[in-house]
Amino acid sequence: MPVILESSDGELTVLIQGEIDHHTAAALREEIDRAVDSLKPEVLALDFSGVGFMDSSGIGLIMGRFQNVRAYGGTLRVVNPPPMVARMMRLAGMGRLGVL
Amino acid sequence: MRGKVIPQNEMKLVIPSRSANESFARAAVAAFMSQLDPTVEEMTDIKTAVSEAVTNCIVHAYRDTIGKIWIDAAIYDDGRIVVQIKDKGCGIPDVAQARQPLFTTGGSERAGLGFAVMESFTDRMTVRSAVGKGTTVTLEKRVAQRYRHDS
Repeated sequence: MPVILESSDGELTVLIQGEIDHHTAAALREEIDRAVDSLKPEVLALDFSGVGFMDSSGIGLIMGRFQNVRAYGGTLRVVNPPPMVARMMRLAGMGRLGVL
Repeated sequence: MRGKVIPQNEMKLVIPSRSANESFARAAVAAFMSQLDPTVEEMTDIKTAVSEAVTNCIVHAYRDTIGKIWIDAAIYDDGRIVVQIKDKGCGIPDVAQARQPLFTTGGSERAGLGFAVMESFTDRMTVRSAVGKGTTVTLEKRVAQRYRHDS
């Protein structure tokens, strides 16, 4: 699962590419958590512009990262969600979290 | 009395409950469904619902083992696709509870949205389950009728 990481001024941007399901989410989670653990960014920005498919495993991925960064006082932002990702997030009631 | 409606076409797929097969299963159903000339959104809806059902088989039905998943799909002249996803795994003790959004026994990285997504992305979803015997999820969606070649 290709992921591009960019870090500057306390912000870590993760550009996710491909399809997110239960199978691919495991490797994504590891890669993102490794970078977050070492950098402890103020803002973790998950960029979904390269995501062609996402089922509810993507919601689990976002929620898990949200809790991780919040635990040390950071914030999570979801960037460029395609319509089907935004729809899934609305269904999950994620508007309330203020990550969009 | 109405006779049984005959499908225009059918497919059957049997796969082991390996997570690598999640993408294969939804892609196979999507390729079959393309005969109905769906929109990208209609196809995404079915792909997502199938992905959720197959993931449930892998994560819940066959939690600590590998078992078979049966996927039967049929398309009808009126534009419907019906997909049945069946396992012979542990079964669901309380289907009504399992269908509640955010309910999960799958750990902190599972959103508990599988059934809510299947319900929301299709026109109809039914779940039949027996503890120790398995679960069958049936998904149905009608694709908007546009011009199609007869064949």
